[in-house]
Amino acid sequence: MQEAVNGRFGEYGGQYIPETLMNAVNELEEAYNKYKNDPEFKREFKDLLVNYAGRPSLLYEAKKMTEDLGGAKIYLKREDLNHTGAHKINNCLGQCLLAKKMGKTRVIAETGAGQHGVATATVAALMGLECEIFMGKIDTERQALNVYRMKLLGAKVNAIETGTQTLKDAVNAAMKEWTNRIEDTHYVLGSVMGPHPFPTIVRDFQKMIGEEIKEQLFEKEGRLPDAVIACVGGGSNAIGTFYDFIDNKDVKLIGCEAAGEGADTERTAATVTTGTTGIFHGMKSIFCQDKYGQIAPVYSISAGLDYPGVGPEHAYLSDIGRAQYVPVTDTEAVEAFEYLSRTEGIIPAIESSHAIAYAMKLAPTMRKDQILVVTVSGRGDKDVAAIARYRGEDIHD
Amino acid sequence: MMNIKIKDAFQNGKALIAFVTGGDPDIETTEKLLPAMEEAGADLIEIGIPFSDPIAEGVVIQEANERALSKGCTTDHLFDMVKRVRESGKVTVPIVYLTYANPIYTYGKEKFMAKCEECGINGIIVPDVPFEEKNEFLAEATAHNVDIISMIAPTSEDRIIKIAKEAKGFLYVVSSLGVTGVRSKITTDIDSMISLVRKASDIPAAIGFGISTPDQAANMAQKSDGAIVGSAIVKIIGQYGKDCIPYVQEYIKSLKEAVRSEELVEKVS
Repeated sequence: MQEAVNGRFGEYGGQYIPETLMNAVNELEEAYNKYKNDPEFKREFKDLLVNYAGRPSLLYEAKKMTEDLGGAKIYLKREDLNHTGAHKINNCLGQCLLAKKMGKTRVIAETGAGQHGVATATVAALMGLECEIFMGKIDTERQALNVYRMKLLGAKVNAIETGTQTLKDAVNAAMKEWTNRIEDTHYVLGSVMGPHPFPTIVRDFQKMIGEEIKEQLFEKEGRLPDAVIACVGGGSNAIGTFYDFIDNKDVKLIGCEAAGEGADTERTAATVTTGTTGIFHGMKSIFCQDKYGQIAPVYSISAGLDYPGVGPEHAYLSDIGRAQYVPVTDTEAVEAFEYLSRTEGIIPAIESSHAIAYAMKLAPTMRKDQILVVTVSGRGDKDVAAIARYRGEDIHD
Repeated sequence: MMNIKIKDAFQNGKALIAFVTGGDPDIETTEKLLPAMEEAGADLIEIGIPFSDPIAEGVVIQEANERALSKGCTTDHLFDMVKRVRESGKVTVPIVYLTYANPIYTYGKEKFMAKCEECGINGIIVPDVPFEEKNEFLAEATAHNVDIISMIAPTSEDRIIKIAKEAKGFLYVVSSLGVTGVRSKITTDIDSMISLVRKASDIPAAIGFGISTPDQAANMAQKSDGAIVGSAIVKIIGQYGKDCIPYVQEYIKSLKEAVRSEELVEKVS
């Protein structure tokens, strides 16, 4: 299995951050290395995952979807059933536990769709940590209910009005706030991105997704899947899904990027498909940018995938051809959102719907004796009003 | 091109380092500002290459970045402008660029550094390239006589000595936590930071972040080899736009006088 060497995945990764933060990330790396194999830390983390988050999440055989699409047998990894409704809670429990061990009393986080913000606010409430969330102003409008949820959980929510007022700007603001107050504060980065050691820490706190898939599928089918699919913004649920399968070369790993109005238009967030190598948000990776290195104002209907970069390990997996990244448009994602609701009675997050949409294309091209696993990273309750508006209904949160 | 070195800025006593965002409010104004800043007493000029996401900047400089970008300012426009200013002979103080890793990386490291040399840029300050990542640009910068300016921060502690030992040009001492911007008070123990620097190296050290009043500039210069003033200048440019030049000049003069008077006090005492 590939491990980051000096924080690098191939040429990607690194620690491109202001000097002010260097000792903070060094301290984090030291603490993580100390606790990651500590039996007591592992026991506490496991206990929280089982008794608070409700893990393991189900591996559900989507019989109607399988029958309807007429190809590979489809299983859904139900991260939507976790407490707070998405995979984000896994990482938040891990990082907040680590923050407590480090003696931090305050956590900050960025959020796009609000899922990571809600998960962070939830765990902060549980663990008695002060919590402050940074969210682009546009995202606070399209995910108004999540903003109230965070406040309800005791967090302070800052609506960021600079730049494109979305996830990228929320990350900028959270990083700036961290340089401002480091002593008592841990930055709970929500995805496998940012400076080393975050991409490794977040992956490790999400890798149970793939480990459980492997175990659960082995119980049901006695074998490995032929392909696993997950949506990719920064890429935390995808790396969590992929990681345990990287050495199983026959298992196809497919990440679904948000193409917005199309990967060939400017209204897109399909980073691997359309981006180039750059250095931003603490990492060398692939970014949507212009020829002068100005970060592009990306677009997707999904606030959680509306990000101009991708985690460095994904950039690496793409480079070496181990994982494949495909663009999925708004239209396809909305159709998949409606399809899964209708077909299986499961309303997926609009982010996860990008993975469902690609599964709908791929499954019919596969044989009936093949198995496809799709990670449903979150539930879609938060998106219902926005999808209704997309369909022309006048509904507000 | 004239043989200008960053250390020249520190040859005549305490240095006043003045920052301006390139292309704010437009390239023409920046082109007029540079000689005006030198005339008013700036010993070294920092030009910010505008970036979409300047994560080390406070709101004042971030807005200047947005103004410059909205006017279509690019890295090439800035290179061309600096070249014209250098060729005019009106700016003889060292000039450094302040920008982020991505505009350099995406432009092409070799091409960027070659352009710096050609146009008369003597160094670069890249806030998101810390000591651990300095090799990203080092070979190309060295080949083209461009100094990579290192930064130390109030949180650097045990890192100060190793950073100072390898520093080139001058050492940028970040006075405070957080991002750039005017502060009413600087509470960091600057003296112990500087004394660590002195132990490791004889490189000139200048203090920046949060300096806006002549008194602060004098005080910081007295503790080190110079004061860096950015947001306060950019604020004046933001306020007066194209008509900013006399106001910026007047302000820089007041800073320079304060920095110098502090020197006199030192000499007398």
